Amino acid sequence: MIAAYVHCLRGIIVREGLRFVHQRERFISALVRPLVWLFIFAAGFRAVLGVSIMPPYDTYVLYEVYIVPGLVAMIQLFNGMQSSLSIVYDREMGSMKTLLISPLPRWYLLVCKLLAGVTVSVLQAYVFLAIAWLWGVEPPPLGYLAVLPALILSGLMLGALGLLLSSFIKQLENFAGVMNFVIFPMFFASSALYPLWRVREASPWLADICALNPFTQAVELIRFALYCQFDLTACLGLAGYLVLFLACAIVGYDPARGLMERRGAPG
Amino acid sequence: MSDAPDGAPALAVAGLSHAFGKIKALDEVSFTVPAGRFTALLGQNGAGKTTLFSLITRLYSNRTGAIRIYGVDVRQNPSAALAQMGVVFQQRTLDLDLSVLQNLHYHAALHGIAPSVARPRIEQELTRAGLIDKAKQKVRTLSGGQIRRVEIARALIHRPRLLLLDEPTVGLDIGSRQDIVDHARQLCREQGIGLLWATHLIDEITAGDQVVILHRGRVLADGPVEDVVRQAGADNIRDAFTRMTGPAAGSPRGSA
Repeated sequence: MIAAYVHCLRGIIVREGLRFVHQRERFISALVRPLVWLFIFAAGFRAVLGVSIMPPYDTYVLYEVYIVPGLVAMIQLFNGMQSSLSIVYDREMGSMKTLLISPLPRWYLLVCKLLAGVTVSVLQAYVFLAIAWLWGVEPPPLGYLAVLPALILSGLMLGALGLLLSSFIKQLENFAGVMNFVIFPMFFASSALYPLWRVREASPWLADICALNPFTQAVELIRFALYCQFDLTACLGLAGYLVLFLACAIVGYDPARGLMERRGAPG
Repeated sequence: MSDAPDGAPALAVAGLSHAFGKIKALDEVSFTVPAGRFTALLGQNGAGKTTLFSLITRLYSNRTGAIRIYGVDVRQNPSAALAQMGVVFQQRTLDLDLSVLQNLHYHAALHGIAPSVARPRIEQELTRAGLIDKAKQKVRTLSGGQIRRVEIARALIHRPRLLLLDEPTVGLDIGSRQDIVDHARQLCREQGIGLLWATHLIDEITAGDQVVILHRGRVLADGPVEDVVRQAGADNIRDAFTRMTGPAAGSPRGSA
């Protein structure tokens, strides 16, 4: 019986991988986005925004060093939303039905789908880190290993968020709304581009929002892990959000609750 | 409930109603699909056929009535019920950019079948469908009729005992249509599986079939074609269908 679960997971990951190979533009654009931030935005802001010594850094760091963890998380955020988009697409095209009529439990199918997306996002993150290294952002070598569990956890959380959104979005056209109402606010109201103490100087309540933002937890866990440190608060926060989003997504896809049904209703 | 009683029909639907908001899609629907028989679910567009399929395959959950696959209740034991079911949806659900083999292996994996077990079965089903030489081609390069046959082959990989097809001939030319219908009948005869074939095309039904007439969410007739024709006091099934559903219904819209 366990073998059946393993075969299912493998099959879903292989399919996601094959689809990914077939969409090379997707891979390129997923990389170009953070690289634009790193090469252009960070260079421009280098002089404006100095970052003082703060954990996990033990010295003054350049601005591009500061934003790399945030950009890694951004890759995962976009990847999570991209899988959400592809699920909505799959549902419109009908291939989601193929998945849902599997005799394995539906929660498990969704978790497999999630893991497949995370596998892809972790690969993308490492390619980006390699390019950043060439650009002079050089965390300790061990950090590259330590960041792996952090990437998996943050990828799962952001993927679960995407899964949850996909259970709400009825049609593909609504996806532009996701950009405006999810990706941008999450990215800008986080510690990805500026340290929270800076935000606090400007607006304490905004800093509180940023601190609660699930994306901030992802960024901070990645940032600390990349420098071989462990941020317990971020880890717990991330795990908490993961459980919450995943549970809501599973409820959203539960046939008895009828969310799928409303999606499929005529008119 | 998990052990199928001997002689339980491939599919038994009893007292099934379903509504989308105020729109009643299905109203006290009851019928059976015997094993080894070709059962046509005949109804116009909008009669409730696709809603019925969504409930049987548990894309939605039924709140009233019961759906049993060889005696196994879909709501109480979805895994066991789904494992016995092969489905071809109205919408095409193959991945166009992947090869036929990749698509079929994906399906086998979703059913928890090991690659070593799946490989000979896929080969067997593709041979049966006459498409073994297309195995490595991308689905995009196949014709509409070939894609349908791949989907039927796919639905058989996990060895289901009930096959559900929702308007599988929509959009196909006459030759491919006949091909698919013949192929399906052959599966019934040779494999002894129960088959439910939803259609709005009366000419896909022949003597000896079972037929279920669904109209505006209600079952108007259920039984062997000959009995249904006789009950309606008609000469043939087209005539019977017209008498039951009203004059405007006799000529199906959107036929291929």
